[in-house]
Amino acid sequence: MTMLPEPSAIKLGLVIDLDICVGCQACVVNCKEWNTAGYGAPLADEDAYGAAPMGAWLNRVHAYEVSEGAGEAQISRTVHFPKSCLHCEEAPCVTVCPTGASFKRAEDGIVLVNEDWCIGCGLCAWSCPYGARELDPAEGVMKKCTLCVDRIYNDKLQEEDRQPACVRTCPTNARHFGDLGDPNSEVSLMVAARGGVDLMPEQDTRPVNKYLPPRSRRAAEEAPVSLVAMAEAETPKGFWKWVDTALERMG
Amino acid sequence: MRPAWSIIFFTTMSGLGLGLAGWIVIGLLPLMTQQAVIGVGVVTLALIGAGLISSTFHLGHPERAWRALSQWRSSWLSREGVLAVIVMAGLAGWFAAGYSGTIVPVWANLLLLVLIYLTVYATSMIYASLKTVARWYHPLTPVCYLMFAAAGGLLATLAMLALLGLPITAALAQAGIVLMLSAWGVKLAWWRLAGMARHAGSVESATGLGHLGTVKPLMPPHTEENYLQHEMGFVVARKHADKLRIFAIGLGGVLPIIVLLVAPASAAALGFAVLSHVAGMFVERWLFFAEAKHVVTLYYEGAA
Repeated sequence: MTMLPEPSAIKLGLVIDLDICVGCQACVVNCKEWNTAGYGAPLADEDAYGAAPMGAWLNRVHAYEVSEGAGEAQISRTVHFPKSCLHCEEAPCVTVCPTGASFKRAEDGIVLVNEDWCIGCGLCAWSCPYGARELDPAEGVMKKCTLCVDRIYNDKLQEEDRQPACVRTCPTNARHFGDLGDPNSEVSLMVAARGGVDLMPEQDTRPVNKYLPPRSRRAAEEAPVSLVAMAEAETPKGFWKWVDTALERMG
Repeated sequence: MRPAWSIIFFTTMSGLGLGLAGWIVIGLLPLMTQQAVIGVGVVTLALIGAGLISSTFHLGHPERAWRALSQWRSSWLSREGVLAVIVMAGLAGWFAAGYSGTIVPVWANLLLLVLIYLTVYATSMIYASLKTVARWYHPLTPVCYLMFAAAGGLLATLAMLALLGLPITAALAQAGIVLMLSAWGVKLAWWRLAGMARHAGSVESATGLGHLGTVKPLMPPHTEENYLQHEMGFVVARKHADKLRIFAIGLGGVLPIIVLLVAPASAAALGFAVLSHVAGMFVERWLFFAEAKHVVTLYYEGAA
């Protein structure tokens, strides 16, 4: 059924902290590892050990250079930028699907593909502004982030493992999973505190996932710290001055 | 966007077949004999059907194509499929009625005509409804598809008239010229106006980092090209776009118009004009895909 459901109260999604991500690609690898086993078609690679490998991945980490000023005064920084399905509220990939294979869950807002119905026409990938969907080169069906729906509700896993693989594996804690429909959830509070943003708001897709922009570079704005001053010992006062002088005298 | 041959063939052939059918159901091509009904019927349905069948060739799972008829409430691709099936069935009935000498009521002809053009419109809306491709997301996109169906269909109708040995009036030949000129006029306007259309976004809005300064892609996610770049970042034809446009106009418009001017009664010349038009439309559809850029390229190239 590719009509969008009524907006759900629970909106499960990710919050990605761009201030913390170091671009280590661990989330990319663990995503592929988890999602290539278990449900549905494995995430295939073509020519995996050859000159031009190509395969389906559900999560990819870009890197951008963000620059302020120009010339000598230019300050640049590198921002690592993980990108996967944003589980949009107005998901165009759902409504364009001719077969009903692409759908948004009414209960928690997760966008999924029924691989048994997918004809592999690729129109949903064309309709997604974020490049979140990739056609599996071997199976001919559309693959996308499932928000690890087979982990988060899986009571066979330890409770701490009931999170998307990318979140569970992130060594820097740059990725967070939760209910963005609940204004008091940890993720929602984080978004409010840090001014979390939507990607490409002009596409009117209303993504559930939010990105926390890097904090301002305070260190660059403050006066530089003198390392020499830090290395110099403080001169003792009072009793300790007497001890110090007494010890000096003893040679 | 990467042009798939099956899709180019589909939109060109079914567009021509539907255009032809539109002129036939309003009686522009009198079918006097049963042989004429069979001949014209087979050609018309083959054009539409071959296009539809070829459209399934690019699918990952063609055997599930029937499922595409289910989501007509939200999907233009599904609507296109449903309408095409209804039109094919309606036309089969129409030709069967012609074969048995039954008079088709005027309302049925008009209903069929409306359904035919709705099908062409639905084909165009598959592309024109995608907000991610600025060039396609333009009100003139459906107009181009509709005009080319009407103009190409009339050219094919004239060729059929000549083949059946029926007279082609000067007014009809002139209408063919005017329609062909108008269709290419709309296409030229589309190339100009839709070609200027740009996404409202930028790499800054795509990454949400604009408030920190200017953003420039530094490292792609992988060392090799991926599905998204392969599918949405196709560039080969873009550098030859101007030359290819001249081919499209020359074959698709200028040659057919010259034929209509100098030899409007010759079946051979009109047959050549139809082939030339189809060749021109192939180039036009190739460019429709190859010149279009997807907004996701912002993430990879910093521009779209």
